[in-house]
Amino acid sequence: MEDKNANFVSGAPGEEPEIDLGPKDNSRRTFLKQSALITAVALAPAPAVKAAEMHFDERVAEAFEKMPLKMEVNGVAKSLMVEPRSTLLDILREQLDLTGTKKGCDYGQCGACTVHVDGHRVNACLTLGIMVNGKKVTTIEGLAKGEVLHPMQEAFLKHDGFQCGYCTPGQIMSAVACIREGHANTEMEIREYMSGNICRCGAYPNIVNAIQEVKGGGFVV
Amino acid sequence: MTNDAKQMTNDKLNKPSSSDGMKRVDGRLKVTGAARYSAEFNVKGIAYGVLVGSTIAKGTVKSVDTKMAESAPGVLAAITHFNCPKPPGYQSADPNAKGPVKVFFDDKILYNGHPVALVVADTFERATYAASLVKAQYVAEKHHTSLKDNMANAVSPHDDGEYKRSIVDAWQSAPIKVEQEYTLPSEVHNPMELHGIVARWDAADKITVWTKTQGVKDTQNTISQTFKIPLDNVQVNSKFVGGAFGSALQVWAHEIAALIGAKVVKRPVKLILTRADMFTSVGYRPHTWQKIGIGATADGKLVGISHQAVGQTSTYEDFAEGPADVSRQVYACPNVSTSNKILSLDVGSPIWMRGPGPATGTFALESAMDELSYALNIDPIELRLRNYAETDPESGKPFSGKNLREAYKMGAENIGWSDRSPKPGSVMKDGWLVGYGVSGGIFGADREPATVKATMMADGTLILQTAVSDIGPGTATAMVSIGAETMGIPVDRVKFDLGDSSLPPAPQQGGSTITSSVGSAVYMACNDLKEKFQQLIGNGGTNKPDYVKVLKQHNLPKLEVTTASQAGKEVDKYAMYSWSVHFIKLMVNPATGVIRLDKVTCVADSGRIISPKTARSQVVGGAIMGIGMALTEETVIDHRYGKVVNSNFADYHVPVNADIPQIDALFVNKPDLNINPIGAKGIAEIATIGMAAAVTNAVYNATGKRVRDLPVTPDKLV
Repeated sequence: MEDKNANFVSGAPGEEPEIDLGPKDNSRRTFLKQSALITAVALAPAPAVKAAEMHFDERVAEAFEKMPLKMEVNGVAKSLMVEPRSTLLDILREQLDLTGTKKGCDYGQCGACTVHVDGHRVNACLTLGIMVNGKKVTTIEGLAKGEVLHPMQEAFLKHDGFQCGYCTPGQIMSAVACIREGHANTEMEIREYMSGNICRCGAYPNIVNAIQEVKGGGFVV
Repeated sequence: MTNDAKQMTNDKLNKPSSSDGMKRVDGRLKVTGAARYSAEFNVKGIAYGVLVGSTIAKGTVKSVDTKMAESAPGVLAAITHFNCPKPPGYQSADPNAKGPVKVFFDDKILYNGHPVALVVADTFERATYAASLVKAQYVAEKHHTSLKDNMANAVSPHDDGEYKRSIVDAWQSAPIKVEQEYTLPSEVHNPMELHGIVARWDAADKITVWTKTQGVKDTQNTISQTFKIPLDNVQVNSKFVGGAFGSALQVWAHEIAALIGAKVVKRPVKLILTRADMFTSVGYRPHTWQKIGIGATADGKLVGISHQAVGQTSTYEDFAEGPADVSRQVYACPNVSTSNKILSLDVGSPIWMRGPGPATGTFALESAMDELSYALNIDPIELRLRNYAETDPESGKPFSGKNLREAYKMGAENIGWSDRSPKPGSVMKDGWLVGYGVSGGIFGADREPATVKATMMADGTLILQTAVSDIGPGTATAMVSIGAETMGIPVDRVKFDLGDSSLPPAPQQGGSTITSSVGSAVYMACNDLKEKFQQLIGNGGTNKPDYVKVLKQHNLPKLEVTTASQAGKEVDKYAMYSWSVHFIKLMVNPATGVIRLDKVTCVADSGRIISPKTARSQVVGGAIMGIGMALTEETVIDHRYGKVVNSNFADYHVPVNADIPQIDALFVNKPDLNINPIGAKGIAEIATIGMAAAVTNAVYNATGKRVRDLPVTPDKLV
């Protein structure tokens, strides 16, 4: 038997169809020009638009495309120049070498990149760096007080709320926020509000136990 | 740690609280974000590589336009098969031999997503953007990606033919019989850590990589052979592995691509796959069709089993996991025939995924046993006990250890099996149908060669070193536990060093072999070290010497041994397996078909339990992977394009916290001293194996609906 429509894209075997996968001119210059002409004037950085308009070479334009980003990361003031397209996740991992915040999907579907922005949990992969300008970011590296672990970190150790450890920073940041939000009152509620954080090793019951212990212990999180 | 070994009482071990026992030795690093995984080593001068995959499933690359990519900011190189410096190992390989993808070697496209270009730039964002500018043109050929439509082309793999025990198809003559087909879609390992590598050339013939691997020695070997550089000049580091479940058992195209990229740009290259790549480029559990014929006498004695399987593989590798083999091994049955076939399709190669073979095979066999139990009107546990194998049905050898009756009993009590109604669809509670299911699992208990270096330092720290990986089960924790107990010192005085190819050899972390293999090597190395201390002390010494004092007295900075360990003649004498039994109590909403798991109990008969906390987590995690197999996981290919269309976590559903209730993991915990000196066998595979059938059997008990094609999505129940 044969696959139906096996050559839907490319025509019959023997022919040599040419598939053009990209738009005719996909350069950033074109994008910026179009953006400027339509609605994105306010969003695109002015110097970059200007450079694009003036047909500056791409390599020259790049110098103008970074934007200042001032944020506080784990209590330390950071002043960076970042591209507007850089995510908070990639800035943390690649520019600040804070690799405790993990990349698991880049689509906001797994929760491995969960951090706190002004105390609330967010997916760092869905957050552009420039969106947190002026804000306070807490990552897993900033949760403990020096050598003293946060109660949630202790509870994850005690209840073995992980195996490989890769989703763990995101789970812990989410777990802390889950209690702060008031969503840790029952086992079912915890399971629901922790479902944005995937654990492929399958530590879910232990994670629930850890959160219940912290919640029940009356710790300030 | 032999017969007189200190053994934890089962009462304490089987309390279902994971708060008991020793914490993971690497736990603090993991909960603080200090643990660095493969692609997190931001070495000096690093550049970023992004792959461009093909958009056709079969054919050849006609041209690749990289001009726009190359002129984009920060781009250092765009590599395709047209300009790629070919690794010497690729060039010398037999061009007709099957084997892994040779990346950028020729113009052939073997699956949708096959790498056609690598763009390297100074930042990740720039590399990603430039990769989007690469334009490839193809000469497409007709592809085949559907198992169902091409089943007639299945063949027997080279090394695994047909098996026959006594009369073929004897089951057909039995008074009570069942014949059914069972299908499993492709499942993807999807560890949370994306496969990634940092590749660095230290010299023209010297390489260091930080990569995700289940075997640093195997990766070292493959890289050495591919680039034809001396083995000792390849340093592989993989200290932390963010899950793998089989997907990191071989070196993949992206790892070689990163090394090629690093060579071209003369800088270290970091390359991390996307989640979508994880569905096509690093293996999966193959889509498999199975058919079982099974017959029994009216009193439930099996007469015969026929088990056929066809699993998909790629056109370039013959991957065969032999799912039908379980029907030779599990039950005392006089007449058995099994057949494992593979079907080559225009897809990426599958690879072993947790419980490879039996996880798929037991779904069919244990479903068929359940169907038979209803046809016979015999309790499913009772049916299994009536066909209990006292010796290995395949070889006739005694088992090295089997305590499965005890496991059935423990699990049945824990789940409340006596509350089960034998009549399907007969129990309703609060508007939900209630059902119970049981199924067993089996996996070979192998012991591989392993070497451990044990060093007692002057300060009393014991350092254990071997080139094993720890993908999450808690290997380091178990090894520290064995070392501490054998030497008679506290666990916090023991360090376990792993994930480094320069250390003494250890097997890949796969096939549930590590505790048995490396654990035995640790035990033997520690005994050798103690012996060395005894020789220093003289006069017979003492059983528990003060190591620090002895070293000081002899003015020694340390004392070390390197001990190699492997299986012996016992492998000829015994059939060696780990066993599991899974119990499920679930509820089905009759209106919506939604399934809610109420209670899960897993019992492992896997020898002595070394590390209770991590063993329990292993079983719970394996059970959850089996629940995903049963209820949610399915890779969907659009056969018009031969492309996986649900390659993300929103469309491919792995279990999440809301899906999973508390799970009780119980252990028979009887040392199997016929297999190794520590009496321990593997857990990882048996935790998943058998779970899928336990779930579908419970669904049948609840609803009277038998689902034979996984996963059991609600639409199949309404």
